[in-house]
Amino acid sequence: MTRVTPPTIVVKRPLSYQEVWGRVGIYAFLGMLALFFFLPAYVMLVTSFKGMDEIRLGHIFTLPQQFSVDAWVKAWTSACTGLDCTGLRVGFWNSVKIVVPSMTLSILLGAINGYALSFWKVKGANVLFACLLLGSFIPYQVFIYPLVRVYAQAGIYGSLPAIVLTHIIFGMPVMTLLFRNYYSGLPVELFKAARVDGAGFWKIFFAIILPMSAPITIVAVIMQVTAIWNDFLLGLVFAGRDNLPMTVQLNNIVNTTTGERAYNVNMAATMLTSLVPLTVYLVSGRWFVRGIASGAVKG
Amino acid sequence: MSSVSLEKIDIHYGKVHVVRSLDLHIRDGEFLVLLGPSGCGKSTLLSAIGGLNDVSSGKILFNDKDVTWVDPKDRGIGMVFQSYALYPTMTVERNMSFGLRIAGLDRATIDKKVTWAAELLQITHLLDRKPSALSGGQRQRVAIGRALVRDADIFLFDEPLSNLDAKLRAELRLEIKKLHKALKSTMIYVTHDQIEALTLADRIAVMKDGIIQQLDTPLNVYNKPANAFVGSFLGSPAMNKVEGQLVADNDRLFFEAGTFRLDVSSYPFAQKVEAARKVVLGLRPEHIVPANGSAPVIEGKVSLIEPLGSSILAWSVFNGINLSHMVGQDDGCEVDHPFAVTIDVQKASFFDVETGWRL
Repeated sequence: MTRVTPPTIVVKRPLSYQEVWGRVGIYAFLGMLALFFFLPAYVMLVTSFKGMDEIRLGHIFTLPQQFSVDAWVKAWTSACTGLDCTGLRVGFWNSVKIVVPSMTLSILLGAINGYALSFWKVKGANVLFACLLLGSFIPYQVFIYPLVRVYAQAGIYGSLPAIVLTHIIFGMPVMTLLFRNYYSGLPVELFKAARVDGAGFWKIFFAIILPMSAPITIVAVIMQVTAIWNDFLLGLVFAGRDNLPMTVQLNNIVNTTTGERAYNVNMAATMLTSLVPLTVYLVSGRWFVRGIASGAVKG
Repeated sequence: MSSVSLEKIDIHYGKVHVVRSLDLHIRDGEFLVLLGPSGCGKSTLLSAIGGLNDVSSGKILFNDKDVTWVDPKDRGIGMVFQSYALYPTMTVERNMSFGLRIAGLDRATIDKKVTWAAELLQITHLLDRKPSALSGGQRQRVAIGRALVRDADIFLFDEPLSNLDAKLRAELRLEIKKLHKALKSTMIYVTHDQIEALTLADRIAVMKDGIIQQLDTPLNVYNKPANAFVGSFLGSPAMNKVEGQLVADNDRLFFEAGTFRLDVSSYPFAQKVEAARKVVLGLRPEHIVPANGSAPVIEGKVSLIEPLGSSILAWSVFNGINLSHMVGQDDGCEVDHPFAVTIDVQKASFFDVETGWRL
């Protein structure tokens, strides 16, 4: 006979005196730590809203006496990079033009690679995968010179296609790894059932596998947007003068050596540049964790 | 309708030889069960029949047509998997119609087929749901439905009921049997559950280490196991196995193991056996019955009883040999008390000690 076990009732025990103070201590510590790490961001924020007169006083922690958004406007519209005084706007749109195709294509290719590697079991697939992985461990700086030569030969050096292609190439290993690991958690029988149903390589990918990839795709989008947006070196080398991304332009603004350093404009420009990855994180942080944790999704 | 012939099938996975030179002919409309422990190659063989695994050598024929290298979709098969393998992002209706939509059938035909299959499996009310909103039994019904709509000649079942609880399993088992009766298609069914095999099959192929040990009707496989492995794999509670030797005495043949001695003259040996041969005696618990006075009686002492509901499984020691045997509820079998039984020698099995094959 099985005995019916009484349902367990969870009663929250009131905390003891020591425990309460323990908690207070922990939260106080965590709070201080958070404040400490937020300090640079705070300084940037308040400085960007100050005028230069106020900044010269050197009280970097005080709130702005005369709150002004002039620095932000200037950073966006008329900050000078060399002789060119058009602000960060141009760089922003350049970055968008680089990020959107690079991200889309590298994710799509990574997904297709991961799908092929985990389901179609081509001969030598593991060797191929190992090579791809190896690729993600080689510092990409060593590829720059060869790539410059190749692009120059192909006649696309210093253009939008060159920088997009570069991002796709360097994004491939980690995207493939990401999707392959996600897909190898899916039941193979799903794939077999689809094959019996008569679906081919692309049909299975687009009709069955891709619709199931939402969580990992979000992770991939976050990773790629952040990585490509924050890229400086590749943009500088491959994008060409007309397509310099926002990061390169930010550097040009901040590192201008003539005259007085406009700290407020620099701070505002920096904040503006980091706004995109920051937004992506804030909007999708929840999804990010969920995507990472959902490696073992059930069919 | 299709017959299936496997000729000299070998399947290697790297260095592992999963299926060894296997020949099997499955008749048109037959329900064949591939039964065996996990890792015996039965699922691999089924996948190969479905075209999802390549064979290393050998031929697969459907209706005498060589399909060894034909794509799964062109083989006219429907397949049902243990994990259901329903497309999680599609509704039940779209799951079932997926193959038909790929085949480019028109909407009316698709609707007709899906409705027919859904009614047959009583899942019409579930058509708009996603698989995640279904119970295990419902999911497996949908998976069967998905195979049905394809008008397959051959249905392949890969342990379809293993993920379900006992009650549902019995229910769906019956349903599959009814389905086979109604459709009369050829069905190949892989399982490690002997009850499923015995209840469903026209013929059972018992597999071990990639080799078919015995291919016969359920009753023959159960009553006349071809070797010791088949004998002990089928039957629950399990078959008793006693190692001993044959002894001739005054024109009669006895089985001896220590002080245990049993007259086995009435056993129908398949071939002539010489005395003093080492053998394994296989005795099913239900063939050791409480003594009824007519046949030779063996006295033993009960050491343990397991009530099974309808009957009781008793473990007793007979002259130093521990045997499990079936007793009725009213036979007065008590632990630590003596108990007399009669052994039905004609229904016993003898196996060779060395090879394990039936004598």
